[in-house]
Amino acid sequence: MAARHLLYAVVAALAAAAALGTGAVAAEEAVAPEVQRWQARAGAPVYFVEAHEVPMVDVAVVFDAGSARDGDTPGLARLTARTLDQGADGMDAGTLARRLEDTGARLSTSVDRSQARVHLRSLSEEAPLAEATALFRQVLAEPTFKEAAIERERQQMQQALRVQRQSASKVAERALYEAMYGEHPYATPPAGTDEGLAALDPGRVAAFHEAHYVAANAGIAIVGDLERAEAEALATRVLDALPAGEPAPALPEPPAEPAEDEIRIDFPATQTAIAMGLPAIARGEEALEYPLRVADQVLGGGGLVSRLFRAMREERGLSYSTASRLHVEPVRGPWIVRSSVKAERTEEALSVLRSEIRRLTQEGLDATEIDDAVRHLTGSFPLALASNSGLLRQLSAMAAHRLPADHLARYIPRMEAVDPASVQQALDARLDPERMVTVIVGPDVEATGAEPE
Amino acid sequence: MTLLYRCAAALLLAGLATAAEAAEIHEHELDNGLTVLVEEDHRAGVAVSMLWYHVGASYEHRPITGVSHALEHMMFKGTEQRDSGEFSRLISREGGEHNAFTARDYTAYYEMLAADRLELALELEAERMHQLALDQAAFEREMQVIREERRQRVADSPEARAFERFNATAYMASPYRDPIIGWRHDLARMELADLAAWYERWYAPANATLVVVGDVEPEAIFDMAERHFGAVPARAAGSPPEGREIDTAPGKRQVELTLDDARVPLLYLAYNAPSLATAERPRDAYALLMAAEILDGGSSARLPARLVRGEGIATSASASYSAVVRLDTLFSLVARPSDASGLDGLAEALRAEVRRLRQEPVGEAELQRAVTRLMASEVYERDAPMGRARQLGRLEATGIGWRERERFEARIRAVTPADIQRVARRYLQPERLTIGRLLPADDGEA
Repeated sequence: MAARHLLYAVVAALAAAAALGTGAVAAEEAVAPEVQRWQARAGAPVYFVEAHEVPMVDVAVVFDAGSARDGDTPGLARLTARTLDQGADGMDAGTLARRLEDTGARLSTSVDRSQARVHLRSLSEEAPLAEATALFRQVLAEPTFKEAAIERERQQMQQALRVQRQSASKVAERALYEAMYGEHPYATPPAGTDEGLAALDPGRVAAFHEAHYVAANAGIAIVGDLERAEAEALATRVLDALPAGEPAPALPEPPAEPAEDEIRIDFPATQTAIAMGLPAIARGEEALEYPLRVADQVLGGGGLVSRLFRAMREERGLSYSTASRLHVEPVRGPWIVRSSVKAERTEEALSVLRSEIRRLTQEGLDATEIDDAVRHLTGSFPLALASNSGLLRQLSAMAAHRLPADHLARYIPRMEAVDPASVQQALDARLDPERMVTVIVGPDVEATGAEPE
Repeated sequence: MTLLYRCAAALLLAGLATAAEAAEIHEHELDNGLTVLVEEDHRAGVAVSMLWYHVGASYEHRPITGVSHALEHMMFKGTEQRDSGEFSRLISREGGEHNAFTARDYTAYYEMLAADRLELALELEAERMHQLALDQAAFEREMQVIREERRQRVADSPEARAFERFNATAYMASPYRDPIIGWRHDLARMELADLAAWYERWYAPANATLVVVGDVEPEAIFDMAERHFGAVPARAAGSPPEGREIDTAPGKRQVELTLDDARVPLLYLAYNAPSLATAERPRDAYALLMAAEILDGGSSARLPARLVRGEGIATSASASYSAVVRLDTLFSLVARPSDASGLDGLAEALRAEVRRLRQEPVGEAELQRAVTRLMASEVYERDAPMGRARQLGRLEATGIGWRERERFEARIRAVTPADIQRVARRYLQPERLTIGRLLPADDGEA
């Protein structure tokens, strides 16, 4: 353990250096990354890291307005976010884009199951930042949601759904979430459904915006070349544009049993896409989260060194890509294993994947595997904080989950504390192969035709 | 409104002055010919090492297409000193991220680590530069993996299949016509001896560039490189094979594909054009770069403004010009029609936008906005050490040279509306055009 503690000191210092930008923090000062957090309007938490090396500023506003809030119209959350910058406060989309680009700034929106994120990247020079911020406020608070803009974005989303249907792995992902979550909102695909998109109109989009894009439902992450007072003023300017509003209600618990445990979908392709998963971990369940992260790293999260990579790729040449991933969400997010394999070898691949999962649940991890995985996860942690983009990603997640300011500082000690017993305990609690759904999307092997070039 | 734009643009200049203040680049050459480039970025305690071999798919020919990429896979399979996978385990244990990529002009291997652990990456890279163990059984398994990679990336994607055919048509005499991963039949017959010969011929220190960006001291990196790569014997490497496109206009070409598994139509247009490496003068390449920027540099640019929002005939429309390549290149437009029957109308609209570049000078405000976008991007690029290492490596591996980065800003600012019109007239003309249409077998409504 001594080696680990030494490592911790060094890595923590590196993490601190990343945040402070000095690159010269002494190793014995094992301090946390300097994340500043404060409460702003309507309790919205703001997270800020000063980074003066590059003259730029990133601001992300996250709302609890992901597709879990779509209700009976899947696609609503994403359509709303996509249309935000398509006209605001009397400006049409073109005018808005020209004014923003004249400052050198960029604006983007994204929506996943649990949140909507609106991101502004600007130069830190005072005048362009002020102009970009003014436009950002208008986009967040006064989007016009004109009929034509909604129609255009809807059409693009409908086409994107058809593009998804060209891909076996996309089809598999959709089916997997539906089977894992049943009636729960996480079953809803962020990209929407044909029926959901067809039912949407400017009134529903505007109503969704009014209910969800409010200060009480927001969190802000800021990274860049600003002083604390400037960051506070920036956050205030953004939040003052929004009504106070109400936070979105808590989501229900996911079902304990999947609706189905194996789904086969016939699909014309040379490969079969396999997706397996189950709801596994919610934010806040720290005693389980960190052991599961280590187990995921060993199973299939660790890229070129994982068990699945070795078993599927190195030893058998079954697949180019096989990986696992743990999604930590406000209520139990899924642990997912995915692979694409030659169609003729589907059954062999399934049996390899299932036996690796069974071996993990039955035998857990030995101390060496845990040590290697923890060394990687703690050693690569500073890499994730090495750029403003990386810091913003971390702070956005913290803002979405309203985490304490020392969340990043506690990452390494919590990883360090993982041992074989805690891994076994977490696996016993959350990885029950009997509750795992398997989705298999590919051709009927008997009927496979000639392979395209 | 105009006043506001000008005001913002003028104020911006103060901020953008710092874009030029990118860190200095330090260069050193070892006795065996390996070039080492170091760029300091002291903010984060992290460093990236990228080793670039100046060889890629454009050095290949049938029936060995895909050999550069196959060799890249085998570079993870062990050396005279180490077992297969040990490289990855060692880097991973030190908290590093690593991988490799093969392109038309280069094959590159990278590691990102805490800066004080970087020496491990150099030690391991030096070993596999000259002591790779090529094992027959491992090769056979890995070729299965590569065939799965091709199925995943190409065979099961109607768009990738269509693009492969389109690309093979748009390039006439250039090796850029062959896919980087290799044609299926070539992958089926590939032998370990092909890889061994490729390794022997191209993986020489004099045919490689080591780029290090991060929290490091240049002199310390040079010493480290001497310590590890100094042991690699000097060897003669091949010189990059010639592969220029034919100079006179190749003629208008069309490729149309109807694919059962396609659900959405897609349109490609590409004009044969010189790259920064082959242009008579760099100014021409920069003018083409600005032409692409005018068409699609941001949400306010012409294609999104006129085709996606204005007429609404496209759901997406983009333009790109790959300037940093070794051989002649393409100026490309890719678009999806809003409805399945609209491919011809969309092709006509894209060509009308290209005609407009030939016929009308770009307005001052529009040009200034494009320059502002590009200069702001230069500032944002400084946030990513990985991106900067890639930039330097690509310039070196394509023969353009890393010093071009220092000239980038001045050359962008020097482009005039007349330059854009001139290159559009010369290169963006019908005899240089290839049009590709991908059609779903069932109108995409299934």
